[in-house]
Amino acid sequence: MRGSKLSQFGQQAFFVGPALLFFTLITIIPFLMGMYYSFTDWNGVSGNVSWVGIDNFKAIFTNDPDFWSSFWFTVRFTVLGVVLTNVVGFFLAYLLTKPLKTRNMLRTIFFMPNVIGGLLLGFIWQFIFIKGFATMGDVTGWSFFNLPWLGDATTGFWAIVLVFIWQSSGYLMVIYIASLSNVSKEVLEAAEIDGASRMQVLRNIIVPLIMPAVTIGLFLAISWSFKMFDLNLSLTKGGPFKSTESVAMNIYNEAFLNNRYGLGTAKALLFFLIVAIITVIQVRVTKSKEVEA
Amino acid sequence: MNAKSKSRWNIGIEVIMILLALLFLSPFYFLLANSVKSFGEILSDAASWPQHFMWSNYSSAWKLARFSEAFRNSLIVTIISVVLISLFSAMAAYRMVRANNRFNRVLLLLFVAAMVVPFQTIMIPILKVVNVLGVNNSFLGLIISNLGLSIPMAIFLFHGFIKSVPLEIEEAATVDGCNPISAFFRIVLPLLKPMLMTIIVLNALGIWNDYLLPSLILQAPELRTIPLATFSFFGQYTKQWDMALPALTIGVAPIVIFYLFMQRYIVEGIAAGSVKG
Repeated sequence: MRGSKLSQFGQQAFFVGPALLFFTLITIIPFLMGMYYSFTDWNGVSGNVSWVGIDNFKAIFTNDPDFWSSFWFTVRFTVLGVVLTNVVGFFLAYLLTKPLKTRNMLRTIFFMPNVIGGLLLGFIWQFIFIKGFATMGDVTGWSFFNLPWLGDATTGFWAIVLVFIWQSSGYLMVIYIASLSNVSKEVLEAAEIDGASRMQVLRNIIVPLIMPAVTIGLFLAISWSFKMFDLNLSLTKGGPFKSTESVAMNIYNEAFLNNRYGLGTAKALLFFLIVAIITVIQVRVTKSKEVEA
Repeated sequence: MNAKSKSRWNIGIEVIMILLALLFLSPFYFLLANSVKSFGEILSDAASWPQHFMWSNYSSAWKLARFSEAFRNSLIVTIISVVLISLFSAMAAYRMVRANNRFNRVLLLLFVAAMVVPFQTIMIPILKVVNVLGVNNSFLGLIISNLGLSIPMAIFLFHGFIKSVPLEIEEAATVDGCNPISAFFRIVLPLLKPMLMTIIVLNALGIWNDYLLPSLILQAPELRTIPLATFSFFGQYTKQWDMALPALTIGVAPIVIFYLFMQRYIVEGIAAGSVKG
């Protein structure tokens, strides 16, 4: 090859070809197939797939209370999860950018839950909710520990929120630390000399300056919590009686338990539209709040 | 505020943060302490330090959950996927930056748009594609799927990075008789190292921990990765905590050790990846 000039087409094929091939096979084609199957009664097994028009969507909107209760569950979970993980992540970052002796070790610890996958984390917490909390209840006498964690709809919901915060705050902490360390020391010192209180500095200087990180933090947390599946599966399996079933799990069950692949893809497409709309709105809104130092 | 009250304030913060860190670590204490207790001792007191260390819990769980196999499977899938994702994405992003024509601009938009598509939206048809290709129930099927799903974000990150790599070095190499392919591998690829580390680390964590996709593609028990092996073991031994907890510890250990050694790269990688994203 040396010396001979490669054609432009040859270069394009060599460099972009492999990536484009796998991307087409695993993302583009399935996405298009999903659009097609959402208008069919495909059951995943038989070769007979017939076109049913908008029947699947009609069924979802008029006759599928389980889907909408899983949707409502996911919305509540997302709102709480996004706010709490970002608040906790931000405050961990804020306090761990102070000159503390154990700062690096503390950062290591707060991030650690994040490297463990949601499935294993959920199983660890299943033990803690079932046995650990019971023992803590005996020791402390606090009724908080003796609630039926994982056993009913309300506490099951909060259990998932709690583990989600434990898992995700560390990641957001890292993002906020990166952003906070870019806030110029001069600006902060000037504010201090002018007599601004800690809260004033935080609210009026630091938060506006790290808005780009807030955009990212909200974006990530929305996408994690909306798509949450592993924690859901390993903590409650959606139970009791589907009361803690997320949309991701509802789609999964529709396709792989009920073998209604057509209906499942219709739900999946709807899910995509909702995620896309929310993401675009969120990025627009927070981007408009970003300022230059 | 004077220096003295400032340092007292910092000591206060330090104490609170250490207590909070202990609270964060407490699930690991429950896991480790109870993993070496007998079943009876776990039931009677899950909070105390173990009275008798039952190390045999570990050897039984190791054998029953077939962890040596699972560990090997996870390694194979993760390493091959990550190497190919990094290589193919770097190559594509390089070409897309250097040949900034309409086709490549549209392609970049497609990759960015794909990053918003939830996995659940395409997972059902992905299985169909994998079946049609005849790679269902194989590492090849899982690796191909990992590539297709992870390449968009990797290309996006590389694309932003390569734009800041100066063109002059490559031009000099081309004048010296290097063709574009060897210029890429010899000159450009080494310059991408910081972003390469980010991509390797983010994808390695994601693929190692992934449960849903492998659970859909791999059915044979001998192909199970660590999350799959743990899931099936946990299902069999639900509430048999003296088996389940050592299995969980074994499942968690490799990734925690990897994290403690690669911490710097992981944390820098996340910060770099998110700022560019």
